[in-house]
Amino acid sequence: MTDLYKSQRAMRNMRRAAMDRGVIAILDVGSSKIACLVLRFDGPETAREDGLGFLAGQSQIRVIGAATTRSRGVRHGEIDALQETERAIRTAVQAAQKMAQVRVDHVIACLSGARPRSYGLAGEVELSNAQVGEHDVARVLAACDVPDFGAGREVLHAHPVNFSLDHRTGLGDPRGQIGNRLAVDMHLLTVDTDAVRTLLHCIKRCDLELAGLASSSYVSGLAALVEDEQELGAACIDMGGGTTGVSIFLKRHMIFADAVRMGGDHVTADIAKGLRVPLAVAERIKTMNGGVLATGMDDREMIDTGGDRGDGEKDRRKVSRAELIGIMRPRVEEILEEVRAVLDAAGFEHLPSQQVVLTGGASQIPGLDSMAARILGQNVRLGRPMRVQGLPQAATGAAFASSVGLCLFAAHPQDEWWDFDIPADRYPARSLRRAVKWFRDNW
Amino acid sequence: MRPLTQLFAARPRRVVPRRVTPRRLAAPAAGPVRHDPAPSRLAYRLERLWLTPAYRAAVRVGLPAAVLLLAGTLWLADEDRRAAIADRLAGIREGIENRPEFMVNLVSIEGASPVVADAVRRMLPVRLPESSFRLDLEGIRAAVADLDAVRSVDVRVKPGGVLGIEIAERVPAILWRTPQGIQMLDETGHRVATLLNRAARPDLALIAGEGADRVVPEALAVLAAAGPLTGRVRGLVRMGERRWDLVLDRDQRILLPETDPAGAVARVVALDGAEDLFNRGVTRLDLRNPDRPTIRLTAQAAAEMRGAAEAATGVKVAKR
Repeated sequence: MTDLYKSQRAMRNMRRAAMDRGVIAILDVGSSKIACLVLRFDGPETAREDGLGFLAGQSQIRVIGAATTRSRGVRHGEIDALQETERAIRTAVQAAQKMAQVRVDHVIACLSGARPRSYGLAGEVELSNAQVGEHDVARVLAACDVPDFGAGREVLHAHPVNFSLDHRTGLGDPRGQIGNRLAVDMHLLTVDTDAVRTLLHCIKRCDLELAGLASSSYVSGLAALVEDEQELGAACIDMGGGTTGVSIFLKRHMIFADAVRMGGDHVTADIAKGLRVPLAVAERIKTMNGGVLATGMDDREMIDTGGDRGDGEKDRRKVSRAELIGIMRPRVEEILEEVRAVLDAAGFEHLPSQQVVLTGGASQIPGLDSMAARILGQNVRLGRPMRVQGLPQAATGAAFASSVGLCLFAAHPQDEWWDFDIPADRYPARSLRRAVKWFRDNW
Repeated sequence: MRPLTQLFAARPRRVVPRRVTPRRLAAPAAGPVRHDPAPSRLAYRLERLWLTPAYRAAVRVGLPAAVLLLAGTLWLADEDRRAAIADRLAGIREGIENRPEFMVNLVSIEGASPVVADAVRRMLPVRLPESSFRLDLEGIRAAVADLDAVRSVDVRVKPGGVLGIEIAERVPAILWRTPQGIQMLDETGHRVATLLNRAARPDLALIAGEGADRVVPEALAVLAAAGPLTGRVRGLVRMGERRWDLVLDRDQRILLPETDPAGAVARVVALDGAEDLFNRGVTRLDLRNPDRPTIRLTAQAAAEMRGAAEAATGVKVAKR
């Protein structure tokens, strides 16, 4: 745990240093594209009279550079060929730097694969004096019984989700309140250490320093869910290229995250195999003509596959759109069923509101929402990330949900376990405090 | 042993066994190889270096400045080149100075009598024509002001290449007889010129004696107070550099006190008006002790007075 504390705190300090310098980059290493945005911090925003800020409190950051590049060497959100990924990251970072005309040294990255696993932790302490202080929060967080998540796993997020004070529960911030027993529910997200290490190595080889690391499912939930959905309970399905991230939010906290290791790339591969066309052509056909709901019209709509198999103009095959939908639909259904299984495993049906928000690049398939409504429940909508100042028009689509979410994460990170001090429960300090307390009680 | 074809086979799922994406499919297998725009590590680092503000400023401003400085220094390191540059600059400067617009050809002297103007013209320390850049106006002014006859002088270069010298001359107020000759002094006692012939300036009074030139204003005051006696005044003699003797014709002398000689003269004038003093046989009137004016008579007058006194009193008055 101490190592974790150290590394995460080092990242927090790095983030603070970057904010002091005013420039930070966010890097979304996905399976289909790598996006790099350069953010500039304009200092603390001026609060309005009603306590709200402009642009939902995001007016202090501005995107001054943005670049995307085709991802290379990333599969299922994990780095597969390090050199290629490094080159792709360099491409994106360089282009974004060029647009921003500023050099960035600190980067906040997100991780879409790496087999995230959620744990719900509970901790409970007796309060030493009646009022809850910062120290007590740290103590109750430290008192959580950490499950044995096995070797080769690393904690990525540890959010205190809910505090209980005696019989009262649902407290967001217990500090300053009066009670005897403080309990906490904490959401812990672990990922594969190897995937994280590879990403770190890759970023280090690009001369960048990591100022934060987040789960892609989490940050796309931050970007695509509106505040009410985060408050009342919603699931964000981030359908990316190689993975489909699932995150469930309740009371403005992520309470569950997982990823299905399937995404849009698999649909493309199915089309390439089914129509026997190159992947690039398959991708184009999927993007231009794809769909999941067939109508009678689709039998007559013919798509020119343009085989390009080397025999020139003779290879001019055509397929009907119905055929294409017939290829795409089972795979999309399979993805959504996997997501359904994940949601079931997480107990999504117990949430007060069961809103499902589809986002990510693959969520742009026409007809996906009605199909998802059949599988995931009636409350389904397509979500696009909220706006951040200066975001280019090209980067406002659903495919950039996790990039935008990372911007929000960079600007306002939620309190995590390591933001509280390690409780000094060493013997001398405690005995001294006891002595003082004894004196205070008896004199 | 597992056949390699099943290397990437997915585990059986609910419906039918399905092949998962083979590894090769991740990269574009067929078709033209897409251009990979990735920068090399070196290019990436150089780009980042270039975007560093300090480095950027150094390269864009510092480096050209340093190169220019170095080139200039190297070029100027040669002694001959420096001399050639200095020569060229001097030549250009001379060319500009010698332009006719800047040449001074004439001297105009105003406010001076012909004698003084001639003297100034002769002693002028410059040879015309001369460029106005090289004219030492202050030097000319000092030289002209050194002349005794000049009270103040104003030297300027006027349009049209004229050196204008405006002179205010000293006006002689009194004559001072010295062993070397007669000097004309102005009202402050400054020498104006030497007078060869006293008769040339009969209008001016004469003073004599060592240090008389330092108290010319007092002398003028004394002479002004002399009023009706002016016609008879021969001059003033400074005695012992502390007091005046007013010398009248007929060898009469008035010894004035150190303090307020003009007042004493006024009293003498009053006395003379009342008693007709100086038409009598008086050689000296001693006013040095203001409480007790003393007169000395001529021998004849003294004898007459003694005779008159003896006749009046019958007592023989001792001859002093």
